[in-house]
This record gives sequence, C-alpha cells and structure tokens, in this order.
Amino acid sequence: MDPHKGLDDSYVPATRFAQYMDARLPIMRMMHGQFVDFPTPRNLNYLWTFGGILTVCLAIQIVTGIVLAMHYIPSDKLAFDSIEHIRRNVNYGWLIRNVHAVGASMFFIAVYIHIARGLYYGSYKAPREVLWILGVIIYLLMMATGFLGYTLPWGQMSFWGATVITNLFSSIDSVIPGLGTKVVTWLWGGYAVGAPTLNRFFSLHYLLPFVIAGVVGLHIWALHLVGQNNPTGLEIKSKSESVPMAPYAVMKDAFALFAFMVMFAWFVFFMPDYLGHADNYIEANPLVTPAHIVPEWYYLPFYAILRAIPSKLGGVIAMFGSILVLLFIPWLDTSRVRSARYRPIFKWLLVAFFISVIALGYLGAKPPDGIYVIMARIFTLYYFVFFLILMPIVGVIERPSAMPSSITEAVLGKDAAPKPA
Amino acid sequence: MITTRSIRVLALTAAAGAALAIGQLGSVALAAGGTEPEIARQPWSFAGIRGHFDRAQLQRGFKVYQEVCAACHGLKRLSFRNLAEPGGPEFPVDRVRELARNWPNQIFDGPNDQGMIATSKGQIIKRPALASDPILGPYDNDNAARAAQNGALPPDLTLITKARSAGGSDSFVTFLVSMPRDILRGYQEGGADYLYALLTGYSDVPAGMKNDDGSAFKLADGMTYNRVFPGHQIAMVAPLRANQVRYEDGTAATVDQHARDVTAFLAWAGDPKLEERKSMGLIAFIYLLITTGLLYAAKKRLWSRVH
Repeated sequence: MDPHKGLDDSYVPATRFAQYMDARLPIMRMMHGQFVDFPTPRNLNYLWTFGGILTVCLAIQIVTGIVLAMHYIPSDKLAFDSIEHIRRNVNYGWLIRNVHAVGASMFFIAVYIHIARGLYYGSYKAPREVLWILGVIIYLLMMATGFLGYTLPWGQMSFWGATVITNLFSSIDSVIPGLGTKVVTWLWGGYAVGAPTLNRFFSLHYLLPFVIAGVVGLHIWALHLVGQNNPTGLEIKSKSESVPMAPYAVMKDAFALFAFMVMFAWFVFFMPDYLGHADNYIEANPLVTPAHIVPEWYYLPFYAILRAIPSKLGGVIAMFGSILVLLFIPWLDTSRVRSARYRPIFKWLLVAFFISVIALGYLGAKPPDGIYVIMARIFTLYYFVFFLILMPIVGVIERPSAMPSSITEAVLGKDAAPKPA
Repeated sequence: MITTRSIRVLALTAAAGAALAIGQLGSVALAAGGTEPEIARQPWSFAGIRGHFDRAQLQRGFKVYQEVCAACHGLKRLSFRNLAEPGGPEFPVDRVRELARNWPNQIFDGPNDQGMIATSKGQIIKRPALASDPILGPYDNDNAARAAQNGALPPDLTLITKARSAGGSDSFVTFLVSMPRDILRGYQEGGADYLYALLTGYSDVPAGMKNDDGSAFKLADGMTYNRVFPGHQIAMVAPLRANQVRYEDGTAATVDQHARDVTAFLAWAGDPKLEERKSMGLIAFIYLLITTGLLYAAKKRLWSRVH
C-alpha cells in the first residue's frame, strides 16, 4: 500500500532531508497538496480572500495575546493598573495592546464579510453543510472569546458588560425558580462579578483561541475536501476552470491581506480607541453604574434583539436563537440554486436582511425606549421571518434567472474556449 | 400558487419598508438628540495623523495643573520622570527631580523599623517624591477626598481625556455620513473637546431653564451650573479665572487659554506615547500602501497568464 496515497502525487521532495521526512512524516507532501497544488475556482472574487485574512487575524490575536498575558495581572485590584502599565512602561506595550484591541474588531469585520459572502453565494448548501456549521461554531467561540477578553481590562464597561451578560442566565428563574440565580452565582464564583470572575474569564480567554484554532483546522479540512464555492455557485467541471492555489490564489490573498492591513494599521496607529468605549478608561466600580451599558460594536445587533423582546427570557432565547438559526439554514434554504446572483427575489430579501442587521446594530447602541424599541422589534421580526419563513418558501416558488452552464461560460462568455491554466 | 411577480412585489415592499423605517429612525433620533449639549471640535495640535504636542503648550498646561487642578486632583498614573521624557513637556531632568522633591503630596513610606505606618502623633509616615514616583493628589484615599469635598470625589486626571467623549446622539442617516468622515480624518479628540467645553462651560443658570419633565431647573446645594456636564450640575466650582496662572512665555492668560493648555497637557498625560505612535504609524502606513501596490501589480501580472 502506498502510504502517500491521496496526499499529493505531484510532490517531489527536493532535498535528502525532505526525502527522509517524506518517508516518515509526509507533512510537506500534505501541505503541498493542500496549499500549493490545491485547485481553486478561477472566477473567485475578492470576497473569497477573507478566509485567509481571518486566519491571519487569529494568529495576530494569539501572538499579541500571549505577549500581553506576560504583563497583564488578572486581579480585580491590579488588572486596570496593569493595562496602564502596558500602555505606558512596557516596551512597545502600547503597540501590542492596540493591535490586540483593534485586532478583535478587525477579526469581526472580516468574519461578518466572510459570513455575508457565504449567505449571498449559498456556500452553506450541499455538500458544504458541515463546513458551514463549523463556521457558525467558530463564530460562536469568537463571540465568547471577545466577550471574555473585553472583561479583562476591568474598566467600567468591562465590569458592567460582564454583569449584564452573565445576568442573562438568571432569566432561567422564570422557568425553574432559583436555578437561574444558582447558575449565575456559579458563573461568577460569588454573589457578584468580582475577583473570581475575572480570574476564570482570563483562564477561559486564554483557552478558547486554541479551541478556535482547532475548529479552524476542521473548517479548512472540510473546505479542502469539497473545494471552494464560487460566485456562480456551479461546481468545477474541468481542470481549466480552476487554477492552482500557489501562486494564483496565494498572490491574490496576499494583496487582499495587505489591503486589509492598511485599514488595520489606520486604526492601530491613528485611532486605537475609536472602536472602544470611553467608559472603559474608568476603573471598574461596582457602586457606579454607567448611564448606558453598551457592548462592543460587534454584538450590537444581538443586543438590540435581546432588548426588543418584552420578556427577559424571551429576549435571551431570541438572542441565542438569532445565532443558532444559522446552524439550520442549509436545510431552511430550499432552493436548488446556490448563488443569489441567479435568484432574483432571494437576492433582494437577503439585501433587506443585511440592512436589518446593520439597523439592529445602530439600535443596539441606543437607549431601549420609545421609537428605538419599536424599530428594533420590526427589524428583529424581519430577521427571523427571513430565515424561518421567506427562505424556505422563496426557494420553492422562485424561478431562477438564466444561468451559465459552467464557470468557464460565466467568465468568458458562451463561445470562448478556455485557455489552459 | 403565488407567482414570481407577486413575490417580487413582496420583496420590493419589504425593501421599501426597511428604507422607510431607517428614514424614520433618522428624523426621530434627531428629535431625541435635542437635549444633548453641543460640544464644538477644537483645533488641537495633536489631532490628525501628523498630530504632535506643542511643547510650550504642554509646559503651560502642566503649570495650570500644578497651580490649579493639583489642589484637588492627582495624576497617579504619571510619574515625574515622564515630564522629562521625549514626546511630553520635556522639562529638563534636573527641574523634574526638584519638582518631585518639593511636591507637597509625598509618598507613603511605611511601615518603618518598628513596623509602624504612622508617627506617634498619628501622622502617616511619608517621604519626598523621587522622579520615579507617581504624581499624587492631596488626599490619602477616596474617603479623605470625599470628606474634604462635600461628598464629591475629584477624579484622578491621568486618563480623564480618554475616559470622556463628546458623545452626541447622531441619527442613523447622519451617523452613516459622520462615521466614515471621522474615521477618514482620524478623529480621536472627543475627550479633549469635552474637557475644554466643560472647563469653559460654566455660567449662571440660563433664565427659564427647565428639567426634562418640564419643572423649573434648580441647582442642588453646593452645586454649580455647567453647560456640558451630564445633568448640568457639577460639584466642582469654576476652576479657571483669567490671569490665574502666570505663563513664563508671556502667553495671554485668559480662561480660554488656560482651558486649552491644561486640556492639551491632560491629553498627553492620558496618551504619553501619542507622538511615537503617530510617527511610527505614518511609516507603517506608507510601507503597507507601497507593499499593497506592489502586490497588486504582481497579482495583475501573474493573473494575466490565465485571463
């Protein structure tokens, strides 16, 4: 039996060391197969560069986070001081801390674009359901990690954000009296957010990124098994419809990554605090509640959904439901056509959905009264109606517009013969 | 069976509804934002991507802090040595050492050989500050501060410009315009704008001023009217008067000038690496732009083989 079966037939170990390794641990052969020879559709647009960008975002967060943890003190008495120590006295501490704090926002910008692309081009449909579900799990883990990390500077928003979010579990009290309170006490390690809470949040914040890295590995595995989707949603039919990952996709990804880094650097160097909240430069004080407790911008749509529902438990269920519903859309979408490009109705319903999410994000930062709540309810309603009602119905009754028969035809027109790659 | 046409109508209606709803948000938010005090943006030397501090202004600002603010407020996250470091007021090192030695609020220095933290007369044991020590305010702790200040706590000022913002309640529509504009301009001076507005925002209560519920506005005991402070009642009396601080460089000592100078100084105190950050940022940004351009050219050339 060939031990290298299925890894990469075109890989030729160039040095004697490479030959030695290839006979014992053919990791280079596997990497060569997955990241050099791997066929990528030739018609991918720049929205497909965000997977690579996200991988780099994760790496940046882990590296800067490890360095920050060398200087950070997870104690309710010293956490805030240690952040200021990092900003003021640690060599380039201000830079590392800014990259980490801004990096969290950049990570979420990239993941929202990545998710929106998946929705628009139907990347969740067979055979990519498991790939999509793994992505939703990564997103959930990211949200948990981001929330835990935002607690660590122990500013006013850290403290009160942690209080509000952990308190959500007390809504279980309305189903089983007393259980919710027990759960919250257990989460806090006490009767209020305090020193034990901060310590465990730090521990988990250090752990989860590595869990994310593991699931990212599975996500990439699942991707490379079935191959990438593309703007037409059609499968690759011949070799000429793809280009090898290296150098083509690698070069394109490198360009997109650096363009992304231009924006990243803008925030890191010129407006590092823009994406945060001023109140988090005030040390946590359990006796003073901020006028408006607002989560980080990337949670705002879900915060708006939480507050849109009149009952506390209902709000919590709606908030978690708004993310968990993503797990089911491979089956909620009944259309046989993947790409929204060829779906004249779904396309606009999806655009309306994107607008709803942005509007919810705006509303999440506003006080929950008057017209804001009414608007949040309307957009929350559309959020769920879109997934639970429109998606299944439109898939059945919509007549797709004329589609090209192949990727080649979509790129070069009906009569053109493809050039070999 | 519903036709494709009717679904399209449905979709367009939904989209129109969403657009209408957002428009509605705009007008309503504007009405709701009416009570927020206007905070004008000031032309700070440290604003923008090439921003840097004005050395003379920081030195004047420190003098205002020393002679006015330090009567109640500390700067505990700043050490005296920072005042001599590059990017700040850059006072001579000798002068900073002397300043530390003579700073009235000394450093806690107990317990002593006998394990005591106070003298036999009940005085806490203290020593003069060194350049490496923090710049402390006059109160040993928050309780002592409140006791002396009619229950109010004068906050430490090191992070004050970071911990405040100009706020403002944008409508959705103006937000969509103002957010990208602020990002492109690198606007990050909301805290400084707020502090300047606060320091210059003292006046008598405007005639006929009403609370939100329509009742007449009345100051509580010991409070002072301030235009921008939340609730318009502040425990701090107007701290700045004209000619309160004599500037060594002959700058006219108006309230406006005092407020600008001390705000600039506190902006530095909150962000002492600002100049290093912005100058490094410019280099990093240019490097990234050039590399991005080169990568684009390389990508174009590479892909021309398959297009």
